[in-house]
Amino acid sequence: MKPAPFAWERPASLPALLDGLDRATGSVKLIAGGQSLGPMLNLRLVEPDLVLDITGIPEFRQARMEGGTLVLGACVTHADIEDGRVPDNTGGALRRVASAIAYRPVRNRGTIGGSLVHADPAADWVSALTALGASVEIAGRSGRRTLPVEAFVTGALDVALRPGEVLVAIRIPARPEGAAWGYVKHCAKIGEFAHAIGAVLIEPDSGRGRAVIGAVEGAPLLLTEASPLFGGRIGADFAARFDPAAADAALIAAGMADRVARHVHVTVLARAVAQAAGHTPTTLPEAA
Amino acid sequence: MSAEGVGAPLPRKEDDRLMRGRGQYVGDIRLPGMQDVAFVRSPLAHARIRAIHVPEACRDRVFTAADLDGVLPIRAVSGLPGFKASEQPVLATGKVRQVGELVAMCVAPTRAEAEDIAASIVLDLEELPAIHDMLAAREPGAALVHEHWGDNVFLETLVDVDIGSAFDAPITVSRTISTGRQCMAPIEGRGTVVQLDHRLDQLVVHTASQMPHIVRNGLSECLGIEQGRIRIVSPDVGGGFGYKAILLAEDVALCWLALRCGHPVRWLEDRREHLTANANCREHHYRITAYAERDGTLRGIDCEATVDSGAYSAYPFSACLEAAQVASILPGPYDFPSYRCRTWSVATNKCPILPYRGVARTGVCFALELVLDAVAREAGIPPEVVREKNLVRPGQMPFENITNKHFDSGDYPEALARALAAIDVESVRARQGGAEPDGRRIGLGLAIYCEQAAHGTSVYSGWGIPMVPGHEQASARLTPDGGLELRIGAHSHGQGLETTLAQVAHEILGVPVARTRLVHGDTAMTPYSTGSWGSRVMVMAGGAVAAACEALRDRAVRIGAHLLQAAPEACRFDGGHVVGPNGDVSLEAIARTWYRRPQDLAPDTDPGGLEVTAGYKPQRDSGTFSYAAHAAVVAVDPDLGAVEILDYVIVEDGGTLVNPLVVDGQIQGGLAQGIGTALFEEMRFDGRGQPLASTFADYLLPGPAEVPMARIDHMETPSPYTRFGQKGIGEGGAIAPPAALANAVNDALRPLGVEMLHSPVTPHRIVAAVLAARSAATRARDAA
Repeated sequence: MKPAPFAWERPASLPALLDGLDRATGSVKLIAGGQSLGPMLNLRLVEPDLVLDITGIPEFRQARMEGGTLVLGACVTHADIEDGRVPDNTGGALRRVASAIAYRPVRNRGTIGGSLVHADPAADWVSALTALGASVEIAGRSGRRTLPVEAFVTGALDVALRPGEVLVAIRIPARPEGAAWGYVKHCAKIGEFAHAIGAVLIEPDSGRGRAVIGAVEGAPLLLTEASPLFGGRIGADFAARFDPAAADAALIAAGMADRVARHVHVTVLARAVAQAAGHTPTTLPEAA
Repeated sequence: MSAEGVGAPLPRKEDDRLMRGRGQYVGDIRLPGMQDVAFVRSPLAHARIRAIHVPEACRDRVFTAADLDGVLPIRAVSGLPGFKASEQPVLATGKVRQVGELVAMCVAPTRAEAEDIAASIVLDLEELPAIHDMLAAREPGAALVHEHWGDNVFLETLVDVDIGSAFDAPITVSRTISTGRQCMAPIEGRGTVVQLDHRLDQLVVHTASQMPHIVRNGLSECLGIEQGRIRIVSPDVGGGFGYKAILLAEDVALCWLALRCGHPVRWLEDRREHLTANANCREHHYRITAYAERDGTLRGIDCEATVDSGAYSAYPFSACLEAAQVASILPGPYDFPSYRCRTWSVATNKCPILPYRGVARTGVCFALELVLDAVAREAGIPPEVVREKNLVRPGQMPFENITNKHFDSGDYPEALARALAAIDVESVRARQGGAEPDGRRIGLGLAIYCEQAAHGTSVYSGWGIPMVPGHEQASARLTPDGGLELRIGAHSHGQGLETTLAQVAHEILGVPVARTRLVHGDTAMTPYSTGSWGSRVMVMAGGAVAAACEALRDRAVRIGAHLLQAAPEACRFDGGHVVGPNGDVSLEAIARTWYRRPQDLAPDTDPGGLEVTAGYKPQRDSGTFSYAAHAAVVAVDPDLGAVEILDYVIVEDGGTLVNPLVVDGQIQGGLAQGIGTALFEEMRFDGRGQPLASTFADYLLPGPAEVPMARIDHMETPSPYTRFGQKGIGEGGAIAPPAALANAVNDALRPLGVEMLHSPVTPHRIVAAVLAARSAATRARDAA
């Protein structure tokens, strides 16, 4: 389990990184925390000619507020978020998600940008940031562009980066006043990749809600307009109105054939809804 | 009991270095000129090798079977009638029979470069149908792992004790029960560094082994060189559990390579090799029927057991240890009048099955304890009553059971009673009567087992495998400054022997534990031993150390008596001193006299001096029987299948405990592995025999959050046959948890009509069973 030979560079700025991407003749991989890429290199699942280490670019490690929007550099670690070293505009949602990612050693090194670009469907940020309505900032030779996370993650291990582009930052909107947040994942044991994720951001006052069913085969299933899950209307009583059959139908429509998997996903979503409503959020353990 | 002798709860001496990261493992060894090996392994489970294409540029760094002149395959034959032998080639010849089988060996200055070479080699393989299902493998017409056998059965056995007399029992319960294939997962994998010592013309083999002397036997036979040319050094070992009680083809290949190249060579198993190519264990399948009276009294057990033994018979335990052991130990701690068990050890295209902590006992306990719970449900009585009815009674000791196992001592019903009291059965059952606020369901599970340990010549000679334990020897030597050195041929890798054997010596010689050193793990420095396996070392090496120390003490008394100018019979030995009528003399002074001032010795002093090798066997070598009652309370989430262990009680009887702290550690560590077997660990295979996990992301081990601290209670019924009454306890913790936890889950889900009969009991399996039961209930309601 040793990687095939590769060249390694650590550019000190974004232009230098983009230059490096431009100049490269063979296959290139970017490494940040290396928590997924490291094992993949060691297992020789990927054999890039060049590995560009992006952790030397100061901009990537920074976090700031822009108006109400939180902008997290791609190399902000899960632990940075968990420990509160970056601002929070989500009422603690980001911290809670970060604190339950894998194990602390993984959180110390793993980055939010790396996790999104790797786009493992079972990873937390893919689902959580989709539910929070976050977007990603992408830089390339021809400038910058922004994409909603749900447009960025196009499938399992697949994202909408074009050749020569890099993810620079994640932009997270402020949690709306009165919005309820629920996030539950199901693992066979603490720290394992999730088998099911349910995430909801419900705004009872405006009758709007986003719901995500994650840890599915491809990109997470997003309902930008979640009211069908609640009998067609979202109100203060949304938890009582949650309709598991509607969630099950959505999964069938999305092609999930396995009945056991659907039951688990619907259960986890139901618990995320209950958590959002403040119903004993953590009495049921997430793992055995 | 003195403060440091037998029974003292001393912290382990070895932990000072191990817990500070100062242990010295094979992976820490650096030798000048050492090169690394990577193997080309079969990507297919079953295939004929048409060609191995080696690029010309690395031809001198790659070796295949054609290069291995004079190297014999590994053969682990059993003397049991009908056993079919396999020949495991060191590097594959003709065909490959499992994923991960060694095909070529690549050597380079670093492992990464060796892997680069391995990646450049192209195998031309003709894929053959893979046999991955042990039941299908037994069917006529199945593809053959070893063509010349004519079938895929290593060995079939049958025990029948009047089973027909049970057939009219009022209660008959039949179940199909199975245990998943597992991988042992010690923190340290296998590893071997071989150096050719040109001065001694000797291979020095540094290898992580539980049994260095047996490895020497095997290497000598495979390489065709005399044992004097091989020295095995097993340094600190990061967990054995049975995986390091096996001679691997890799070890033989490395030795050949060191002889060929002349420079040191190293192979360190990586986790992918470990999971996909080597460390398989546990896969059993049972069709079991219990016959009982309505009050739960067992009339008989009838069983067909199949074990997936994998492609080859592993050295030295053979491919049939597991299944043949099933037949002899299935009755467990229960006394019933009729019994039949037929077993098959089946060859498949998987890694050889290896003996993992508990060996067949974990599967046997799972099958029997689950079927006892089924009897209880059928009879409408609590599960503890079925056990109380059938456990061997203390008045029957010593007890010969239905398979002629000789139980040395114990009070099994007392262990059960204490476990029931500790877990507080009544309050658990009361809690079950109400609804949990979070919707989970509470279950209580029991399991009882006995662990035959330290069984010796009379037992293993019957198996006829390459290794039969005889007398265990130990050496004891006083140093000139009065310290003590003990030498044993077994190996300590977590058992705490550096501490506990020093306690045994202290009991006899009074030498402080801190001044006693244990030398082990080196064939050049220790007496022959079959090594550390079968929970045998505290009984066997403990007895041998005691015998050597007693002989040493007697010699010291004679020297001391002379120094005291007293008759030896007028002197006694007490607290590290020879005490005479008019004074005393210390061991230090006696040692100083023997080594440094021999002019002060009596003319007729024993010329053997202060170094003794003594041998030991218990009065009976049929083994000690430790046992335990496990009781677990779980909460099961029926919608997600999550199982939380709320309480876990173990009442264990290990006879006289040499060090209760060490015993607790053994039990707790075994429990962690048992929880893995029960709830998490499984190596699954696809239809082509491909293992479906290659990292710990896919092969789940329990972590700290999943392993509660057990509440442990000790009984201490001495064995009448061993030196201090001690019994072997090393494996017990891993035996009962799968049965106790599955029974607890089944108790929790019984109202839903769910019964889990396969380990591991995973969340997915639970949810699938719950949904199936709901559908069945719906159909039944609709039909009504």
